[in-house]
Parts: sequence; structure tokens; C-alpha cells
Amino acid sequence: MKAYLTKRYRFSASHRLHNEEFSNEQNRATYGKCNNPHGHGHNYALEVTVSGEVDPRTGMVYDLGALDSAVERSVIERFGHENLNCVRDFAELVPTSENLAKKIFEILKRELASVALDRVKLDETSQNSFEYAGGSELRY
Amino acid sequence: MIYLTRKCEFSASHYYHNPEFTPEENRRIFGKCNNPNGHGHNYTLELTVKGEVNPKSGFVVDLKDLKEILNREVLDVMDHRFLNKEVPEFAKEIPTTENIAISIWRRLQSTLNVAELHRVRVYETPDLFVDYYGEE
Repeated sequence: MKAYLTKRYRFSASHRLHNEEFSNEQNRATYGKCNNPHGHGHNYALEVTVSGEVDPRTGMVYDLGALDSAVERSVIERFGHENLNCVRDFAELVPTSENLAKKIFEILKRELASVALDRVKLDETSQNSFEYAGGSELRY
Repeated sequence: MIYLTRKCEFSASHYYHNPEFTPEENRRIFGKCNNPNGHGHNYTLELTVKGEVNPKSGFVVDLKDLKEILNREVLDVMDHRFLNKEVPEFAKEIPTTENIAISIWRRLQSTLNVAELHRVRVYETPDLFVDYYGEE
């Protein structure tokens, strides 16, 4: 019996959307307020979905404690209360929520080797969210 | 194909324990959830059914019927209950969110004659939920 388990986490970070290859005008036109050189911040909410057969001995798809510690160690400590533009992952990548969602998926894919990672969903605000399933279509 | 989701809430207590494990294993694997006196949650169930829109009624399913089935098969059985002691399948299975979602699917699959089941989503808390789509 395959089930999908989703846990929601929160972290806050700042960023500035800016591409060195664009002119100042292009950057302003493309990123608007998000191009403010001093940056700005968000309270991000992250949903992580893993799936698998329910273990008949525990009734669980995956150990929630192991999931929490993997997300805490590899994502929250890495990005929480940081300026994303100063984090190594975004040295050459614009820290949009699209790129952040993909980066988080890649990190968790490596960290969660013993369970299938299905998708991550990143809420940048209560009105914008981004989902990535490693290039697969989303399971509705 | 149209998908329709009906939400309802129930409150119940449970604890996690496998009699095949030693007391130490139970505590290690299940942590606080192993407290034999149980603890409770406000669960939210989102049931998604699917089908074609009936051209006469404009409905994919009559919500009155769906509500009645949900009340009878899920809420009457689980709301304000101690799941381990009062819901027959949880005498043997551990009432994790995964198993609650599977149990609800099975209860509805055998009784839901008004629409096709698509997904059962059970929130244990606003930050933790399980989806079940039947056998895959």
C-alpha cells in the first residue's frame, strides 16, 4: 500500500533578484521591486512529500524524526536566516523561488537516499507557491 | 473529468505500539506517541472524488449523499473515539496517519456508490498530512 507523506516546514531568508548579464534597466524591468540592491525577505513555507509502501510493523512510510532532522540539517540550517545571494548555491544562480525549490529538491534527493522524494512545494508568500517533482509531472 | 473535494473534521485519540517490539523498541521507534494512555489530534479529512458532470443536475456528485456517507462511514466511527480501542481495524493495525488514510479509503470504497474515489488526504496537524490513492 503506497502512501504519500507530506510535512511542512518554515524558514525565513532574504534575497535580491538580479542578473549580472542584464543591464540595470533590464534588471529593473525583469525583477521590479525584487531588484532592490539592499534585498528583502520572506517567510518561506516548505512542503516535502515522500512516498513508499507503508511498513506493516510501524504503520509508517518513513520515520518522521529522520525526515525532520534531514530537512533541518540540510535545508533549514543552510538557508534559514541567511541572505540567499550570499549562500554558495546562489553564487551564480538568481535566488528566485523557482531556483530555490529546485535546489532544495536536489539537496533532499541526496539526503533522503532510503525513501522516494516525490515533490517539494515552496510558498514564498501566502499568494505565490512553486512546486517541483524532479522534472516529473505532479501527482494530483 | 471533474474532481470534487469535500472536507470534514474529526477529533480522536490514539497511540502507537507494536506488541511484537520490546518496550524499548516501542519507545525508540514511536517516541512520545507510544504513551499508552493515548493523545489526541484534530484531524481534517479531504475526500476527492471524480467523474463526469451530469448534464441534467450539473453535479459530479450530489453533496448531500456524499456528506451522509462521510458521516456514516467515517465521522460516526472515528470522531471523538480512541482509535486503538474503538475502531476495529486499529485493534491490530497501528493508527498512524498513513493507516487512517488507508482505512478511510477502504471504508468508502465499499460503500461509496455515488462517485469514484480519487484521493483521501488526512491531516493529522496543519503541518502533516498523508495522501492515499488506493492500490498503485
